[in-house]
Amino acid sequence: MNKITSKECLLAAYNECKGKLVLRETAAHDINSAKKELLCCGGTGCHASNSKELMDNLTAAIKKNGLENDVKVVQTGCFGFCAQGPIVKVMPDNVFYVQVTPEDAEEIVEKHIVGKQLVERLLFVEPQLKSRIADYAQMSFYAKQQRISLRNCGLLDPEDISEYIANEGYQALAKCLFEMKPAEVVQEVLNSGLCGRGGAGFPTGLKWKIAASVAADEKYIICNADEGDPGAFMDRSIMEGDPNSIIEAMAIGAYAIGAQNGLVYIRAEYPLAVNRLQIAINEARELGLLGKNIMGTDFCFDIEIKLGAGAFVCGEETALIHSMEGQRGEPTTKPPFPANVGGGYWGCSSNVNNVETYATIPEIIRKGAAWYSKIGNWNAEFDENGNWVKTISGNSGTKVFALAGQINNVGLVEVPMGTTLREIIYEIGGGISGGRQFKAVQTGGPSGGCITAENLDTPIDYMNLSKIGSMMGSGGMIVLSDKDCMPAMARFYLDFTKDESCGKCTPCRIGTRRMLEMLDKICEGNGTEEMLTDLENLAKTITDTALCGLGQTAPNPILSTLRYFRDEYIAHVRDKRCPSGTCRKLFRLKINENCIGCTKCKRNCPVNAITGELKQLHVIDQNKCIKCGACIDGCPKKAIVME
Amino acid sequence: MCCCKKLSEGAAEKFAELDAFIDTLNVDLNDERRRGRLIQVLHKAQEIFGYLPREIQQYVAQKLNLTEAQVSGVVSFYNYFTTEPKGKYCVDVCMGTACYVKGSEKVLSELERVLGVKADTHPTEDGLFSISALRCVGACGLAPVMMVNGKVYGKVTPAKAVEIVNEYKKQG
Repeated sequence: MNKITSKECLLAAYNECKGKLVLRETAAHDINSAKKELLCCGGTGCHASNSKELMDNLTAAIKKNGLENDVKVVQTGCFGFCAQGPIVKVMPDNVFYVQVTPEDAEEIVEKHIVGKQLVERLLFVEPQLKSRIADYAQMSFYAKQQRISLRNCGLLDPEDISEYIANEGYQALAKCLFEMKPAEVVQEVLNSGLCGRGGAGFPTGLKWKIAASVAADEKYIICNADEGDPGAFMDRSIMEGDPNSIIEAMAIGAYAIGAQNGLVYIRAEYPLAVNRLQIAINEARELGLLGKNIMGTDFCFDIEIKLGAGAFVCGEETALIHSMEGQRGEPTTKPPFPANVGGGYWGCSSNVNNVETYATIPEIIRKGAAWYSKIGNWNAEFDENGNWVKTISGNSGTKVFALAGQINNVGLVEVPMGTTLREIIYEIGGGISGGRQFKAVQTGGPSGGCITAENLDTPIDYMNLSKIGSMMGSGGMIVLSDKDCMPAMARFYLDFTKDESCGKCTPCRIGTRRMLEMLDKICEGNGTEEMLTDLENLAKTITDTALCGLGQTAPNPILSTLRYFRDEYIAHVRDKRCPSGTCRKLFRLKINENCIGCTKCKRNCPVNAITGELKQLHVIDQNKCIKCGACIDGCPKKAIVME
Repeated sequence: MCCCKKLSEGAAEKFAELDAFIDTLNVDLNDERRRGRLIQVLHKAQEIFGYLPREIQQYVAQKLNLTEAQVSGVVSFYNYFTTEPKGKYCVDVCMGTACYVKGSEKVLSELERVLGVKADTHPTEDGLFSISALRCVGACGLAPVMMVNGKVYGKVTPAKAVEIVNEYKKQG
């Protein structure tokens, strides 16, 4: 492809490339088509399940059958349905194969592509219908989703910029550079109602407006890709599956606020994302979409990647900036805000947004704020020129959630704001795994809280979630069932925040440790009822006094579990009992008279704590037992009980 | 004593590799922004040497015209950097929330018991294994997840985890 030196050049490139996506964008179900593309997920999750080998085997099988001119294997980004990976989508047939192993490659090629027949056993089984379906649009997991930030994930090859251009990529940037003034870009984002998807939900347009109003020669636009919330992986998927949309959005943001330099701060734990983003940056540079005089205009902008080194607190914007400067990632008080001179990267005015926020921007510019603001449950007041004045309730657009835990369909889902948790968990998520009872869903990660059954019908938006004692956060959504212990969950999160506390302010450094010690005692059966009051008081003090968001929100998991599951805490401290059987010190395993002496538990026990002869009642030696539960899982008579 | 002698065989080549990398960065030793390169250089140093003992920290400080305290402050702050050598096989157990609710704590404690070392401390006496508790690796669909030298094993149970390390033990 030639260097893109004008708007016309970009359109010519688009016309040249758009044919590449014809097979992929059809809604037809054309199994007889000779030309085919096999889209394979190349995300981290599917790579872990041998998707690379699968792609090699598919390519080899295609070659063996002499089909290499007609059938192509394409590595795409994540389809989002991680529990069912690796995924192969055959186009233009619109057939979606799940849990495909490298050994299945030949059968797909020989039966489906040569024989024109579906490989039934690799189709997804819809849990509610218990039947197999081929078309992904009909799968309940996808039917209710509206993919905007994930629009290109699972569609395009992330390592080929021409496919992004073929899907109208970089046209939003061209629209900004040739048709809009910077202030108009800011206004458009304001009118869209887009709020920061990193967690706090601050209006993105307002952030840009503040940064744009600062008069400075050197400004930075920064992408926060330090996705530290354990259990959230949407930012990783976007960077792996659609890196170009982040580059385009950062360029748009730079144009809007008057920055010349872009920085992406990304976790070192995401090597594939780093690699794909670097490839995309290099390709964009070669085409003149980054660098000096972009598309022949006066606008100059380039992006550099900065690696993190494993610190949750670096998701806080001042800590992130310090980390990029090669310092310990400790936050500082605001003001000065990063946008202020003296507050940003090397003291320069800087604007920080999250990956998912950026991924949405090109679509907003291309399709317009009016289109975006109608998605979701946003109710806002506008002036006579149609410009945003204030938000009354709800939020616009969509949000990506990482659905995990005790749920059937683990994966990434993108839904309009205002969708209820019930729809997400029971329709998209396919319900609780193992036929268990729903107990709660934890949102917002270590800073968030839990939501119980009574609030399942609350429409999800930033305000509603904080009203019910949780928060949106980055979008991690961990579903918990009756076998999960709430004090133990709170302890798990506190253990995390205690480790991740940077140590700068006393409430967080010492307070999280003291709270963890109390939770340890509670989970070990050494807690008292007074301790619950102390815990609550300390939690509230830390919320009020900690320096940054990490410390202020660290007590949330405790406060919210105390609010909704106080009875479980009481059971731990008063009756020394763990109702869900999680806290090991609070139960013993015993074998009852249902035992048929099959010796299975004896063989499964990793520490040889079980004795007994064949066809005799077996006994557990309590001194040796480590309460791992391996015996319970194997027992055919359910004769092993907790007491 | 020269730090090259204290570190393992082939140290001279390793330092040369690090030098070559630092040279490509064209660091201006008098520019206050040179410090922005520190984390990048430490990543490379850990990739080359496997860990960041004091000698390497001193060396990096000298190469970037920073104080040893500045370098040590950064190394000790971030989880990714380690001042202890790792075993031949690094066993990482994901302790992200999705893996935790699917029982990764049991996997971790069983591995600690079988291998006789605690997570995030020193390697086993034979130098074969070291265990780390990792934050989310983003493979939540496969929870619980463990990795051995970067190879991912999904949906592991305590028993399966032991089987996996035993396979590596056989290879020596």
